[in-house]
Amino acid sequence: MAIWLRRSRSLAHYLKAEIGFWKVPNQRSFLNPCFFNPENSSSTTLTGENYGNPASFLGNSPTLFGSRRFESIKSGREELDLEYENSGHQNQAMDFPGGRISFTSEMKFISESPRERIPCYRVLDYDGLPIMHSSFVEVSKEEALKMFSSMVTLETMDTILYEAQRQGRISFYLTSIGEEAINIATAAALTPHDVVLPQYREPGVLLWRGFTLQEFSNQCFGNKADYGKGRQMPIHYGSNKHNYFTVSSTIATQIPQAVGAAYSLKMDKKDACVVTYFGDGGTSEGDFHAGLNFAAVMEAPVVYICRNNGWAISTPVSQQFRSDGVVVKGKAYGIQSIRVDGNDALAVYSATRAAREMAITEQKPILIEMLTYRVGHHSTSDDSTKYRPVDEIEHWKTARNPISRFRKWVDKNGWWSDKDESELRVNVRKQLLQAIQVAEKAEKPPISNLFTDVYESLPSNLCEQEELLRESIKRHPQDYPSDVPV
Amino acid sequence: MVDAIDHIINSAAKSNYMSAGQISVPIVFRGPNGAAAGVGAQHSQCYAAWFGACPGLKVLAPYSSEDARGLLKAAIRDPDPVVFLENELLYGESFPVSAEVLDSSFCLPIGKAKIEREGKDVTITAFSKMVGYALKAAEILAKEGISAEVINLRSIRPLDRSTINASVRKTNRLVTVEEGFPQHGVGAEICASVVEESFEYLDAPVERIAGADVPMPYAANLERMAVPQIEDIVRAAKRACYRSVPLAATA
Repeated sequence: MAIWLRRSRSLAHYLKAEIGFWKVPNQRSFLNPCFFNPENSSSTTLTGENYGNPASFLGNSPTLFGSRRFESIKSGREELDLEYENSGHQNQAMDFPGGRISFTSEMKFISESPRERIPCYRVLDYDGLPIMHSSFVEVSKEEALKMFSSMVTLETMDTILYEAQRQGRISFYLTSIGEEAINIATAAALTPHDVVLPQYREPGVLLWRGFTLQEFSNQCFGNKADYGKGRQMPIHYGSNKHNYFTVSSTIATQIPQAVGAAYSLKMDKKDACVVTYFGDGGTSEGDFHAGLNFAAVMEAPVVYICRNNGWAISTPVSQQFRSDGVVVKGKAYGIQSIRVDGNDALAVYSATRAAREMAITEQKPILIEMLTYRVGHHSTSDDSTKYRPVDEIEHWKTARNPISRFRKWVDKNGWWSDKDESELRVNVRKQLLQAIQVAEKAEKPPISNLFTDVYESLPSNLCEQEELLRESIKRHPQDYPSDVPV
Repeated sequence: MVDAIDHIINSAAKSNYMSAGQISVPIVFRGPNGAAAGVGAQHSQCYAAWFGACPGLKVLAPYSSEDARGLLKAAIRDPDPVVFLENELLYGESFPVSAEVLDSSFCLPIGKAKIEREGKDVTITAFSKMVGYALKAAEILAKEGISAEVINLRSIRPLDRSTINASVRKTNRLVTVEEGFPQHGVGAEICASVVEESFEYLDAPVERIAGADVPMPYAANLERMAVPQIEDIVRAAKRACYRSVPLAATA
């Protein structure tokens, strides 16, 4: 006992000595909220010579804390961390930039991972039965059937277009197999006015909003009817009228861009939010951290949806981060977050509805981590059997399939039958094969599309180059493909 | 600005094209560019060449107050993404301006260079701070009987090739000046343009003056040697006019 006392006394003494170094001699000026002195000409010293200079810190340059930090001290009423509540050191607290903090004499490091992982919100069990006492947003029969048939359509579209790539008819494809619930249920929970910034594994959102199988196929084949004018590789869909930003291959760049888009909605006081998606791999990008932090500070109405599907191409989540997944990262930025079973359409729907509500009424970002599994390969350029076991893939494809799980619930409500199922699948398949045929036969985009949209108006050098190209084609018609319009 | 370069190039510059006109990016990225004084390697690089290579971007580099005002207004009004490269040391320099420039609606066209000083013996192209150096060099050259034409590029992308070529066709000699690194620089592009369009008019090889091919050192004496000085421009102009032995021949 005596030893402990001695140790703690010296510890307190040690801590006091340390604090003493930083103590501002004039206690009043530090705690006085009016310490910002406009007369002091060194108001620009935040980045100037005085910053970081201990002498001036201890001296009389209160303007070291510029007006912005002054604001944050006033509004920063930090919540006491539970861990420190009981070990308060005589209830002493101190105003630091950022708010009031209590002291503790116990030197305790916060654990890097909780004893228990953050639990996952779920509504339906694997038999499609709602779990007792589960809270969720009711879905009407019409809505449920639309969701279900969209999930089936998405799965069919993916399967057939993937095959088209294997047959050499399109150059590339990327499936969302296994993530149909995330794709469709999040889309169903939004309104058409909510702006979507996708990564690339969310075509279901566009499908839900009315993009047709023909429009999808046109983009994949890069024909004349492609809204992208043949500029991008397959799956890089985009549509202004559906409020769906064109897919850009770069990872996580949409995260800070979403903040900007949300801020403009905020300025216009729109009853809408921005929803942006990314995978587990995207959370390792610098843009994820900058974006989330920015959204929190700007109080932007963004719903961040992370599709944690276990794999970033061949990198498993165990090599992606050491945190308890993505949900805990929200707290680090001051963002409310939730973990959801991404293969449970009802849970996804409810959580997204709630998040959207909060984002708009409270004007702040929300983070949702949807746990799921990427059943397909990363893309047609990948063979995932090379880095993961085939039976793992099979397990998630069958036993943990989000479509069959939702189907069970829909069946139990008496809203669907096997006959409906086979009719739907036959129908969608027929439509899709038809759309692919049409898209394949359609003309390619004209060469004027090579030069337009680089700038708003065609610059003179591109004008010249286009003329030269046309002349060249005229002179050597035999070298120019006959099925491409000039 | 280099911190956000992925967003500037891969998102801002390319979005309008990739989205087929659905996503327009009428944004201006402005900030200090190039060497300041005593800030070392990571704060001194000129990115005009890097940004100037990207289709979809417009790149402007003002020199005088007139440039700064007119070009910035034009940049803001422009519907395309514009990179506006200012110079920290020029922030403190004053320039005489006409009443027209002071008018609130004053705007300069993007893609048009300005002939700051007319001449007939050699063309000197420059942008940003180097325009000031080129003008001083022209003064010195005038005393030695060489009349230099100084072109303030103002616009790195689109480059005003017609003004540059017209000038070279008149003077038959060219010196390009820039603060940035020599390889793949703005001068290299100007030289290529002149060789392609006005080859027969050149009476001497094109001289390129650029920063030293090293990360910017900090010590004042080393820093001075790493950036072009007025004397370098004078010497280059003389070489182009056959008034002194070419550099290569002295090796």
